[in-house]
Amino acid sequence: MKFEVILAGFGGQGILFAGNLLAQAGMEAGLQVTFLPVYGPEMRGGTCNCTVVLSDREIASPVVTYPSALLIMNQPSLDKFLPRLRPGGLAVVNSNLVSPEKVQEASRAKLVFVPADDLAEEEGAPRLGTMAALGALVAVSEVVPPEKVLSGLKTLLFPEKKAFLEPNRKVFRRGWEFGQAYKLGEPSKF
Amino acid sequence: MPKKAQIFPSVLRERPFHYCPGCHHGIAHRLLAEVIEELGIRERAYGLASIGCACFLYYYFDVDICEAPHGRSCAAATGAKRARPDLVVFTYQGDGDFAAIGLGESLHAAARGERITAIMINNTVYGMTGGQLSPTTVVGQRTTTTPQGRDPQHYGHPMQIAEILASFPGVAFCARVAVNTPKRVLEAKEALRKAFLAQLEDRGFGYVEFLSACPINWKTDPVEALEKVDELVETFPLKIFKDLS
Amino acid sequence: MKPLLVKGSEAIALGALAAGCRCYFGYPITPQNEIPELMARELPKRGGVFLQAESELAAVNMLLGAASTGVRAMTSSSSPGISLMAETFSYLAALELPAVVVNVSRGGPGLGGIEASQGDYFQATKGAGHGDYHFLVLSPASIQEAYELTARAFDLAEKYRQPVMILTDALLGQMKEPLKARKIKPRTYPKDWALTGARGRPGRILRSLYLGPGELRARNELLQKKYRAMRREVRAEVFGTEGAQLIVCAFGSLTRIVKEAVQKAREEGYPVGYLRPITLFPFPERYFAPLARPETRFLVVELNCGQMVEDVKLAVCGKAEVELLAFPPSDLPTPEEIYQRIKKCLRKPRSSLRS
Ligand code: SF4
Repeated sequence: MKFEVILAGFGGQGILFAGNLLAQAGMEAGLQVTFLPVYGPEMRGGTCNCTVVLSDREIASPVVTYPSALLIMNQPSLDKFLPRLRPGGLAVVNSNLVSPEKVQEASRAKLVFVPADDLAEEEGAPRLGTMAALGALVAVSEVVPPEKVLSGLKTLLFPEKKAFLEPNRKVFRRGWEFGQAYKLGEPSKF
Repeated sequence: MPKKAQIFPSVLRERPFHYCPGCHHGIAHRLLAEVIEELGIRERAYGLASIGCACFLYYYFDVDICEAPHGRSCAAATGAKRARPDLVVFTYQGDGDFAAIGLGESLHAAARGERITAIMINNTVYGMTGGQLSPTTVVGQRTTTTPQGRDPQHYGHPMQIAEILASFPGVAFCARVAVNTPKRVLEAKEALRKAFLAQLEDRGFGYVEFLSACPINWKTDPVEALEKVDELVETFPLKIFKDLS
Repeated sequence: MKPLLVKGSEAIALGALAAGCRCYFGYPITPQNEIPELMARELPKRGGVFLQAESELAAVNMLLGAASTGVRAMTSSSSPGISLMAETFSYLAALELPAVVVNVSRGGPGLGGIEASQGDYFQATKGAGHGDYHFLVLSPASIQEAYELTARAFDLAEKYRQPVMILTDALLGQMKEPLKARKIKPRTYPKDWALTGARGRPGRILRSLYLGPGELRARNELLQKKYRAMRREVRAEVFGTEGAQLIVCAFGSLTRIVKEAVQKAREEGYPVGYLRPITLFPFPERYFAPLARPETRFLVVELNCGQMVEDVKLAVCGKAEVELLAFPPSDLPTPEEIYQRIKKCLRKPRSSLRS
C-alpha cells in the first residue's frame, strides 16, 4: 500500500496542519510516513501545499510527481494539481470555493465535492473547512482509521492547544460522515 | 589580602618579554600577573590571547590560555565562561582588536553583562602591523596610513570606548588607566583588581583600558613616550567611569 | 518506544541533546530556526546553556570558547551564516577543537533563496576558511539518520579533536518523518588538552600561531595525518551495484528522490545501482574504487551546479565514465525526471573512454 496525497489551498486554511495530522495518524496506525510542507519559491502567491506519503514499506521520496490523491481547498490549487493526479486517483475538492462546472477532465479522476466550509460553519468552526475535507478524504480513501486521526489530533494539540481539540474533532467527524455517505452512494442527501 | 614579598609574580613564566623597549605591554602583563596571584585565581584563570602585539600572551602567563581570531576574544570569552562559570575569564586585547574589528563582540558582551574581565591596551595605533590608523588614533596623529595626521573630515574622531561601555547597565566596572608614572601604576593595578572582583562577585562585565605607549610606532624614545601618554589624556581622560561595587 | 513525528531540524537538535550537548550558540537564519528554538526550550531545563549571539561571527567564537573548555557545544546556521563563520572554522580546525556545526543549507550564491540546495558541498568539504584544513562532514538522508549522525558527530569530534559538520538542507530540515529518539550513551575520550583552569598543573595553551622554523610545517603534517586517520570513519549506503551498468550517486536529502527513481528503474529490470556517501569528508573513495570499471557508468545527481561530481571523478580515477545531472537550486526535481534520465543514460552508447 502506498498513498501519496497533496493537500493544497490558501495560506491560513490549515493545510499544513491537516497534512501534519494525516501523517501523525498514519504513524500512529503503524505506517511509514513522510510529511513535506512546501518551501521557498512555491510558497509565493498565498497558496500553500504539502505532500504526505503513507506506506506500509520504507518511503524513499517525500516529493511526489504524480500523487494518488488530492485534497483541494481552492481553485488555483485545483488548476495546479489536478493535471498531476494519477489516472483513477481521488480528489476531494472544497465545493465552496471550487465550482464543479469548472472542473475539466473529470473522467480520469474520482472527484468528491465536499462543501467543506459549510460543514465547518455548521459545526460552529467556520475556519476549519480543511478538517471537513480531510474527514471526507479519510472516509473515502480508508487510508487510516478515523480513530487514528482523532488520537493524532490529541497528540498534536494536547496540552498546549487543547481548546482547539473539540472543534477540530467535530468538523473532522462531520466531514468523515459526509465521506461515508458519499461512499454508500447517497451524496445527494447533503 | 596577604601581600607576597615576591619580586617576580609566580603567574608569569620566566621568559623575557619580546616587546619593544619602552612598550607598556610589559607593565600591564606584570600588573595582571600580580592581580591574578593576589586574588588567588591562577588555578581558575582562563585567558584569551588576541591578535596584536600581545598574541604571545601564553608565553608569559602560566595559566590556561586560548587564542581567539582577530577581534573575537569577547565572544570566545563568553563561550568559555558560559560553559564553565567556575573559570575566571579574561581577555587581553589591543585597540584594533577590541574597538575596530571586534567592536560588535566587545560591545555585545558588555551589554549582556558577561561575567568576564576585558583588558584593552589602547596605544592609538596598530602596533604589530606597523603603526597604522586605529579607531583610537587621535586627531592630527600621524600614522603610517595617515601620513598627514588623522583628519576628522576623512576619518572622524577617535572612539572613547570606556565612556561608551560605562553607559551599559551590564558593565559593573569600567576604568581607563595609564602606567606612565609610579602612582598611575598603582592605580592601574587597583583598577584591574576591581575589574576581576566584578566578575568574581558575579556583578557584571569588568573593563580596564590601559592608555599605553608604543614608542616604536609613535617614533619616540621610551622617555618621550611617557610624556606623550600625558598628551593623550586630553582625549582619553584617566578615570574610573563606573564602579558598582 | 513511541516514535515522534518531527522535522529534520528538530531531529538534529534532539540528537545533539541526546549526545550530551551542553551549549548552543547561534544567530537566526531561515531555514534552520527550529534548531535554536528547540535548544532554547530544552537546554536550560537540562542545566545547559542557550545563547543567541549578535551575529554568526560571535556565535562561532562562543562555540570556540566553550569547546576549548572541553564541554560539548554546537552552533547551527544556513549558507550565508556559515560563510560568515568561515574564518573561525579555520581556527577551530587549527586549535583542534571538538565542535559541532550544522549547516541547513539554502540556495546561493549571495542571498540566493531559502529553498533546499546542496551548493555548499565544496564549502563544507574543502574547508571554507583559510589554510589546509578540513571538517569531518556528515550528511544525513532521513530524519532518523539526522538524529543518529548528529549524536555521532559529538563522539567523532572528541575522538579526533576535530570540528564536525552536519551538512543538510531545507528539504530534510523541513520534512517530517517518524523518529525513534533512542537513548544514546556518549563515549568519553581523554581531554588532557581542555582549558579547565590550571589546578595543580602548568597552564595549558591552545594556539595556532607557529613562527619557529619548520614548526608550521610539522603542525600541518600532523593535521594531515589525522585527516587520513579519519578515513576509517567513512560510510556510504550502497545497493544494486552488482552487475549494474549505471550507478547513481547523490548525497543528503536529495538521495530520497533519487532512490525512488532508482527503485522504479530496478523494478522495471534496468541494471541500475545506487551509492550514497554519508561521510562527505573524508570522501568514501573505497566504495567507489571497486565499482569503477569501463562497463559501468556513474551518474551523479546534485541539487547544485555540480560539486560532488568532482570527488566522484577523483574516486573513480578515470576508470569509468562519470556524468552529472545537476539541478541548480530552485524547485526540487521529481523522481520522474531522474528516472527518465536514468533510462536515457542506459541507452546512450559508451564513449571510447578506455578498453
Ligand atoms: S609595536 Fe608598540 S605595542 Fe607592539 S611591542 Fe612594540 S611598542 Fe609595544
